[in-house]
Amino acid sequence: MAELSLTVNGQAIRREIPEWRTLAEFLRDDLGLTGTKIGCNEAECGICTVLVDGTPVNSCIYPALRAGGSEVTTIEGLAHGEQPYQLDPLQHEFIHHGAVQCGFCTPGLIMTARALLNGNPSPSEDDIKHALKDTYCRCTGYTSVIRAIQSAARVEQGETPITPAIPETDHADLRVVGQSVPSQEAVGKVTGKAKYTDDYHFPGMLHGRTLRAAYPHARIKAIRTEAAKSVPGVYAVLTHADVPGRNRHGLVHLDWPALCDDKVRYMGDPVAVVAAESEEIAAEVLHLIEVDYEPLPVVDDPELARRPESALVHEQWETGNLLKHIKVRHGDIEQGFAEADVIIEREYRTATTEHAFLEPECAIGVPKGVEGHEVLTVYVGSQIPYQDRDQVAAALNLPAHEVRIVGTLIGGGFGGKEDIAGQIHVALLANVTGRPVKMRYTRQESLIFHPKRHATLIRIKTGAKRDGKLTAVQAELYGDGGAYASLSDKVLTRATTHATGPYLVANAKIDCYAMYTNNPVSGAFRGFGVTQSAFAVESNMDLLAATLGIDPLELRRINAQRVGAVTATGQLLRESVGLLDSLDKVAQTMNAETPGGFRWSWREGSKAYGWGVACAYKNTGLGGGAPDKAGAEVEAFEDGSFEVRTASADMGQGLVMVVAQCAAEELHVPYARMRVLLSDTARTPNGGPTTASRQTYVTGNAARLAAASLRDAMTRFCAEYYDVPPTQIRFEEGLIRYDGQSVEVGEVARLMKAEGVRPSALYEYTAPQTQPLGTGGDMHFAFSYATQAALVEVDTETGEVRVLTVVAGNDIGRAINPLSLQGQIEGGIVMGLGNALTEAFITEQGVPWTHLLARYKMPSIRHSPQIISHIIEARTTDGPYGAKGVGEIASINTTPAITNAIAHAVGVRVYSLPVDQDALLRAIKSGSRELYSAWQDVK
Amino acid sequence: MKLWSKYHIPTSVEEALALLASYQGQARLVAGGTDLLIEMQQASHVLTTLIDVTKIPELRVQELDGDSLILGAGVTHSQIVQNSVLQTRATCLVESCGVVGGPQVRNVATIGGNVAHALPAADGTISLITLGAQAEVASSNGRRWYDLHDLFLGAGKSLVDSTRQMITRFRVPLSRHREASAFERIMRPQGVALPVLGCAARVRLDDQGRFEEVSLCLAPVAPTPIRAEAVEKWLVGRPAQEASILEGARLARQTLHPRTSKYRATAAYREEMIELLTRRSLSAALERAEGSVL
Repeated sequence: MAELSLTVNGQAIRREIPEWRTLAEFLRDDLGLTGTKIGCNEAECGICTVLVDGTPVNSCIYPALRAGGSEVTTIEGLAHGEQPYQLDPLQHEFIHHGAVQCGFCTPGLIMTARALLNGNPSPSEDDIKHALKDTYCRCTGYTSVIRAIQSAARVEQGETPITPAIPETDHADLRVVGQSVPSQEAVGKVTGKAKYTDDYHFPGMLHGRTLRAAYPHARIKAIRTEAAKSVPGVYAVLTHADVPGRNRHGLVHLDWPALCDDKVRYMGDPVAVVAAESEEIAAEVLHLIEVDYEPLPVVDDPELARRPESALVHEQWETGNLLKHIKVRHGDIEQGFAEADVIIEREYRTATTEHAFLEPECAIGVPKGVEGHEVLTVYVGSQIPYQDRDQVAAALNLPAHEVRIVGTLIGGGFGGKEDIAGQIHVALLANVTGRPVKMRYTRQESLIFHPKRHATLIRIKTGAKRDGKLTAVQAELYGDGGAYASLSDKVLTRATTHATGPYLVANAKIDCYAMYTNNPVSGAFRGFGVTQSAFAVESNMDLLAATLGIDPLELRRINAQRVGAVTATGQLLRESVGLLDSLDKVAQTMNAETPGGFRWSWREGSKAYGWGVACAYKNTGLGGGAPDKAGAEVEAFEDGSFEVRTASADMGQGLVMVVAQCAAEELHVPYARMRVLLSDTARTPNGGPTTASRQTYVTGNAARLAAASLRDAMTRFCAEYYDVPPTQIRFEEGLIRYDGQSVEVGEVARLMKAEGVRPSALYEYTAPQTQPLGTGGDMHFAFSYATQAALVEVDTETGEVRVLTVVAGNDIGRAINPLSLQGQIEGGIVMGLGNALTEAFITEQGVPWTHLLARYKMPSIRHSPQIISHIIEARTTDGPYGAKGVGEIASINTTPAITNAIAHAVGVRVYSLPVDQDALLRAIKSGSRELYSAWQDVK
Repeated sequence: MKLWSKYHIPTSVEEALALLASYQGQARLVAGGTDLLIEMQQASHVLTTLIDVTKIPELRVQELDGDSLILGAGVTHSQIVQNSVLQTRATCLVESCGVVGGPQVRNVATIGGNVAHALPAADGTISLITLGAQAEVASSNGRRWYDLHDLFLGAGKSLVDSTRQMITRFRVPLSRHREASAFERIMRPQGVALPVLGCAARVRLDDQGRFEEVSLCLAPVAPTPIRAEAVEKWLVGRPAQEASILEGARLARQTLHPRTSKYRATAAYREEMIELLTRRSLSAALERAEGSVL
């Protein structure tokens, strides 16, 4: 121990601390200043940035004792006063510009920006990109962050703030829906007050750690825990033998052990868990757990996994390593190719990619009877709380009502927080020790453990007539599902059904093989399989355009799905197909944005420029016959406020705004009176999984209809109470008007309660029925459509690729909150850019090479292009106010737009992702037109 | 997470050396820690003692000494970038320190740490070599100046034994009349943030418009940063023009033999980059030298 004296946020502090404390740990654990977040502990992500004597540093690797005598400023030190806080201009402008989504990186971005503005009161965009280069954000795509900083700079200079980039939408018919209102969490997120799982602390809390597999594939012969158990401070060491209930979890198939028993099947597999009085002890005793393994042959290639001689990942699975063969059959494929004048046949590869949400997984288990918890409770930032409850209960052999899941704020998810992470483990450990147990994954553990985006191999053959009309698409896809099923079945079904692209194709034959391997598990990731097939489909479309001599935009127009079209799964599109509109809007902007008149490509010195275009569509909702339901409850309070309750996740995408806006619209009350409680299985009805771009549609509808039925109930009550016909009662801005008089809604709530009527309504909304693949019925109840164009610059001397501009047209039915929608689009585009240019998770014979964030580059602010976004609102009848899914569509076609642009710029077609500048340069120099190797092939 | 056990903050070089000696090889010096602490994290449960050298005043000096600048080993990358003398008279050092990491890293990472770590691709290091810098190394036996280049024994291997010695300061020769330098670097957007290639060039022109002196350091081309001596020799006495530079860059490509590094660069790409960055850095240095009237 050593003494540390310093000033934190203006307050002199003197503490005895362990000598090994980092500044981040000191701030969070010793001072309780949890606004400073830890994203990587590698000085990579920058979100732990604080100011030491005015200088921004990464507090995660800054020894606390070095700060002795210094003045430290954290996010908590920026705002003044008590609520309502007097915000720093940066905090205010971050909210105003929609630069806050999940909020986990927000303190780091704001502190880094604060240091910038302190030294440079009017920074240029380049200055901002230079200063924030190593402060990552995975949600916003940075464009709103840049605007917010510029706006704050203007405010501090006494100038007028910049107007937020709110896209033009049509909402004249509505009051609250269509307005860019802020999230109820926004102030908490910019001030550091918002609490994520790791920010919770309970008295007597223990710390858990997980022992993971030593091999990607091995039989477990024995596990010995005695040595670990005997260490002072260790409260529990658990293995599969200590799982009282079902030792298998999974969202589709129950194949994933909570704690491995027979085998380990990938490096992220959990073998034992430990709870100790400190995280340090828990981490150290992992080395004392002895596991005897018999290593087995490693299955690391999805195509080879299908060969009969391959080792088996799951010996008992009936179809060997083939998890599922997914088929689309439509029309007559042979006839289709016979009709074609031109056939393009190519092979594409996409890489495994990582969500890199900035908050690593964390869960806390609190036993029944401790700290006022009536049942065993798990605090976790999860995308599927009710399924977590059921899976935890099954593993612990408890009835579901004996387990409660409390959803905390989520620091980004993107599909990566759907499967079980530490939920079962903390519940087991809490139950055994009788104490709260927190398990937070390090970034490195998060990388190794959680499911990723499927790497795919896609062979695709596209036929068309001379006039450009598509006649047939045949495709074969191999998806690397990794060691466990997770959502592979669903994800790769989406890759398969969307493999014709958003086009009229009369004949299709598509086969997809979802394969088990010993690689990291693959599961849900924004785009859900469509990201991969869109790369192949849209590349082939451009090859076809070039072969036929038809403009790429025109070829897409000729074939674009429209109302009346039938998809490859046999679904008749009856409404809400905005693809042609999006093509037109994007084409107009491309024209306007090309200096000196539109060209697909041009040169300036050694720089080559090119535009590329790509289209996409993406289902809203689960589809395929799965019942798609969400419950929501709306309650009125005597103070005139309302609460919407639903167990649905807001991982930064803005669901809290959507449900509050829908409810406020129906009840005709000001938005500010609406608050939202999400994801508590004891208090909120099931909203279903936050996946498949479904929440706006399904839970939005549930909130809308719950609010409407509360309105009806209050109307009925008033009609009786005031003795007026219900038709003469109307809701207006928080008042109920009748017969020339008015009463506050809060007063009505009070009166109802006094009469023994609870002023609340619960509604379980069921989305329109869908049909399974292969039946020819409607697989989905809505589709969103998009066109994107990318302008790239290729340095022909280095092969470096820069995306200068992305133009997007997204048909999302109805913009509920335009600024929040813009944030989804900008963030989606930059994530798509990462998929094209920077990201690949590499494993070598099942062992992750990418075990550090330093080895996984997501786009930084320097990659952020100019984004011009158009909203197309082709209403869908059953969506709330006509809305359909938003979360995924913006991220799907960015990658092929970029690779198509590269092909225009330098004449080289990229078949493998991410684009490798090394190989691209060599292709340019050698005049090669085809590039089949990617970054991970540099060996 | 517990990465070290004891933490000392000496305030003089002598105190730091005494502490090092007392731990008999079990202690490490730490400055910015942006390399060391990450390495310790990956080595898992190796706990050691850290001796923090950031509070030693001597290590933070930046002072002119004739046509040289004395730079304490504890000067941070950010301080180098902001130093107006270095900006005009050791431009390649400023350029190379300006592209290391982001501001949060540059604000703590020191030039001494960069050199002591002896990575073959260290940006600041190759500029120091190009400028002909010297380093002072202190040990219990006293202090001694070395040519910077001589400190590099291999990849990550330094002549400085960090368990008993420390780099205290650098002497950086400053550009004089018709002399200037430039730094160029190429990265890739994927994987580890280590350069594919870095190149620092320094040129001095004579009154007849010829190259009087040329210094060129590239890395990673070999386990240690290397000077492109054949190119330097060839250029001296030639007309200070683009044509000479193009030829010199071709010669660099012919005489240097880089390797492929996994997930970073192929040898073929690096060969292209050797020619390109040699050309770009020499051209930039030449343009500056022509305008330099110190």
